[in-house]
Amino acid sequence: MPLLDIEGLTVEFGTEAAPFVAVDRVDLGIEAGEIVGVVGESGSGKSVTALALMGLIDFPGRVTARRMAFAGRDLLQLSERERRALVGKDIAMIFQDPLASLNPCFTVAFQLMETLRVHGNERERGSSKLRRARALELLQQVEIPDAGARLNAYPHQLSGGMAQRVMIAMAIACNPKLLIADEPSTALDVTVQAQILALLTNLQKDRGMALLLITHDLAVVAETAQRVVVMYAGQQVETGPVPGLFEAPRHPYTQALLAALPEHNLERARLTAIAGMVPGQHNRPSGCLLSPRCAYATPRCRAEQPMLEGDAARRVRCFFPLDASGHPTRGWRPDSVPALG
Amino acid sequence: MTAPATGDAPLLEARELARHYVVSRGFMKPKGTVRALDGVSFAVRAGETLAVVGESGCGKSTLARQVTMIERPTSGALRLGGVDVATGDAATLKRMRPLVQMVFQNPYASLNPRKKVGTLLEEPLAINLDLDRAARRERADAMMAKVGLRPEHYHRYPHMFSGGQRQRIAVARALMLNPRLVVADEPVSALDVSIQAQVLNLLMDLQQETGIAYLFISHNLQVVRHIADAVLVMYLGRTVEAGPKQVIFTRPAHPYTRALLASTPVLDPRRRRERIVLQGELPSPLNPPSGCAFHMRCPYAIERCRTEVPLLEPLGGAMVACHRAAELNA
Amino acid sequence: MLAFVLRRIVQSAAVMAVVALIAFALFNFTGDPVASMVGPEATLEERARLRTELGLDRPFWIQFGHFVGNAAQGEFGRSLRQGRKVSALLKERLPATLELSLVAAMLALVVGIPLGVYTALRRNTWLSQLLLAGSLIGVSLPTFLIGILLILVFAVILGWLPSFGRGDTVALGWWTTGLLTASGLKALILPAITLSLFQMTLIMRLVRAEMLEVLRTDYIKFARARGLSDRTIHFGHALKNTLVPVITITGLQLGAIIAFAIITETVFQWPGMGLLFIQAVNFADIPVMAAYLCFIALVFVTLNLIVDLLYYAVDPRLRIERAAAH
Repeated sequence: MPLLDIEGLTVEFGTEAAPFVAVDRVDLGIEAGEIVGVVGESGSGKSVTALALMGLIDFPGRVTARRMAFAGRDLLQLSERERRALVGKDIAMIFQDPLASLNPCFTVAFQLMETLRVHGNERERGSSKLRRARALELLQQVEIPDAGARLNAYPHQLSGGMAQRVMIAMAIACNPKLLIADEPSTALDVTVQAQILALLTNLQKDRGMALLLITHDLAVVAETAQRVVVMYAGQQVETGPVPGLFEAPRHPYTQALLAALPEHNLERARLTAIAGMVPGQHNRPSGCLLSPRCAYATPRCRAEQPMLEGDAARRVRCFFPLDASGHPTRGWRPDSVPALG
Repeated sequence: MTAPATGDAPLLEARELARHYVVSRGFMKPKGTVRALDGVSFAVRAGETLAVVGESGCGKSTLARQVTMIERPTSGALRLGGVDVATGDAATLKRMRPLVQMVFQNPYASLNPRKKVGTLLEEPLAINLDLDRAARRERADAMMAKVGLRPEHYHRYPHMFSGGQRQRIAVARALMLNPRLVVADEPVSALDVSIQAQVLNLLMDLQQETGIAYLFISHNLQVVRHIADAVLVMYLGRTVEAGPKQVIFTRPAHPYTRALLASTPVLDPRRRRERIVLQGELPSPLNPPSGCAFHMRCPYAIERCRTEVPLLEPLGGAMVACHRAAELNA
Repeated sequence: MLAFVLRRIVQSAAVMAVVALIAFALFNFTGDPVASMVGPEATLEERARLRTELGLDRPFWIQFGHFVGNAAQGEFGRSLRQGRKVSALLKERLPATLELSLVAAMLALVVGIPLGVYTALRRNTWLSQLLLAGSLIGVSLPTFLIGILLILVFAVILGWLPSFGRGDTVALGWWTTGLLTASGLKALILPAITLSLFQMTLIMRLVRAEMLEVLRTDYIKFARARGLSDRTIHFGHALKNTLVPVITITGLQLGAIIAFAIITETVFQWPGMGLLFIQAVNFADIPVMAAYLCFIALVFVTLNLIVDLLYYAVDPRLRIERAAAH
């Protein structure tokens, strides 16, 4: 049984009559100790998916799912108190902007010890001295130099990289089984980014925790994750192993996204851009959500929504998945492509 | 007006350009000097793109402020189209400023939300040129077509556009006065991958069409590799390595350049470099290390690096400021 | 820290000097003080002698210097109407105004902050909507109208509370207080409510707006992701971050409360400085007016200074020197 088992997770905002579907029937399974990457552009629903599984979607957002289980417990049936006991302890999450994610009014020590007071073991909850010692130990584990002095620092006295380490220390304080990292390195300098990613993967290995890495950066996922989920406009469009999925993408969106990277256009003057934009709330196509931007779209793509199909290892949401050579298969005919406007 | 940059004369030339700031370090303490830009030299030719690469505190934003003539450099020479703009008088600067325009990182913050696209585009014309309303409208329409905006967008407000389209508007606004140089400060780093490609294509198309030069400031080496002709790598206000793109990307000589390249995630496992995870973070510009500014993080640092500032010297087709560069690249 | 305090004190002194100049100008350019001091039958010689005695024949800047020197010691000459020393008059009236203002300010804070927090956290309840609608009335109704309405209801119709005056007072040295007697406390209720209502609604709306802003920040999101309880998040993490603007407004509004106590004091015939000022205006009692002007300016300047220092205590980001030491 997987550590995290989600089926048909849907998150809607707006009114019942005219809902905006931010996450559309997402299935996600994570094994213990596995690194799964979720990639997508803004509006793809990747962050909302994570917030939904943390139970952090507020009114008027609505979360529904066929199944949402963590370590055998049904997340949908948890009371608010049970959820808080789980979240922050067994499932922890860190965010993109580390300096904004720490409360400016409290010291590093206060915020670390606060987590331990809520989620620590019995001895830690009882003794502030013990909590302080643990806080110091945690800062050392995330490789903060001069950790003792940093304990009494306020967030604004930390650099972005330091703040991200502090946030990671808070997240791993109670040995979570799953760590969700939402764009953990995006706001940081290049060399610091590499440090943070190395720290995360080292911690993941040492502690055997599962890591859900949410990012827009395909290369980060390619270097870190074992499995990847590609999302577009709230839907999963493709899932598969790394590096297999990047070497031979089966969904046209994954292919186009990869093709738009400068890395794949080394000898070319122009980048292979994807025309158009991600559909918003008001211009969602009736068929496949990618159809207005897809180079291979057929009349069927514009009329019908494809389902996510395939086996557990590799699933694609496309009527005409691409083959190893990067061309559509299964009855796709080029003459069915109208001229792109 | 200005002497055209004929032949091989560079459009923009900086020699030992420096900008220092005096900062207060608290009551009764001596004032500190931040050498935000400390003797940087480079040249940009018409139709060329020079990428300035570095992390926070490296001085790239200070460099942009000197080149756009928002600030006056503390010392050094800065010539635009042969005209000295480092020491030029107010009238000269006023005449030269329209030739350099800027595109900012965040297209959500750099466009006034209360002004329509048409107004935003015509504003530079109204301020700098003596044109009637019809002529301004004509130029705005032409520019919108050029950057891929539709005519009906003229009457819309910035909030009605996506990030990519806003960046098109920002580019259009920068080009309204037919500048010779555009300083683009992280112009695509706030954009999604698919949109990033659109904007980069636009920038390159416009360069081909108009022969405009770009000073392209970015931390994204993949983007730089695509768009730049030459690269200037900066660390704490100084150039550590500069040269043609091909040289910098295929044979990086400075340990910092190598670390930057190795730190950049790469999709294709076959092209991944050996990971060099640098220790520590960028030092404070207020309290820079002695000797080579990079020595505290450099895996190859020796005693000499701690005491002596390395000079920029030619090596293998590029300029490198490292005591051990020759030895390391032998 | 020291440099910061010194800088602020110098700025405050500059403001006070400007106010003193204006107050002094009141003396000089609103009629001839000699004319109002001596009878119409005084001879020219008598007038000239008085002028010399008062120093009015000396150059403007010397006179101004004297005025500032005296004002610094709290001396503003004698009231033209009552003939008593202005400093004694002010001293007598000060306790009434300060007690009323401080009680009103406390009331505004004690009621305003919880209401602001409540309306931010329970945005969609009918009580929140009612409070918000009510606060609009509080902001828009003029103070004197509220005072008169309260008098009508509680003093005239119900007869529960006195409609004017300060009740019995107890002297503690030169300070007289109405807070220690039952009639004094009863007399305080209506004027304090009247005076606090505007600030109360202001603080409530401010706390609400700030709270909503803070609840959207990343550190609140992260606090929730850490599994902290709502109570810890709302009162431990969010409230402290809303306090900086609340302190500013409250501090500056305290000055406003003292200054605008004039209207409340007039409505309730409260024997404070505001009432003294209104009477002084009616009689063109310039020394009293000048003294009041200087006093109010001093209150504002002092409060500003205190607010700045409090910022420093609440928001660690402003403690620049410690940051540099790290």
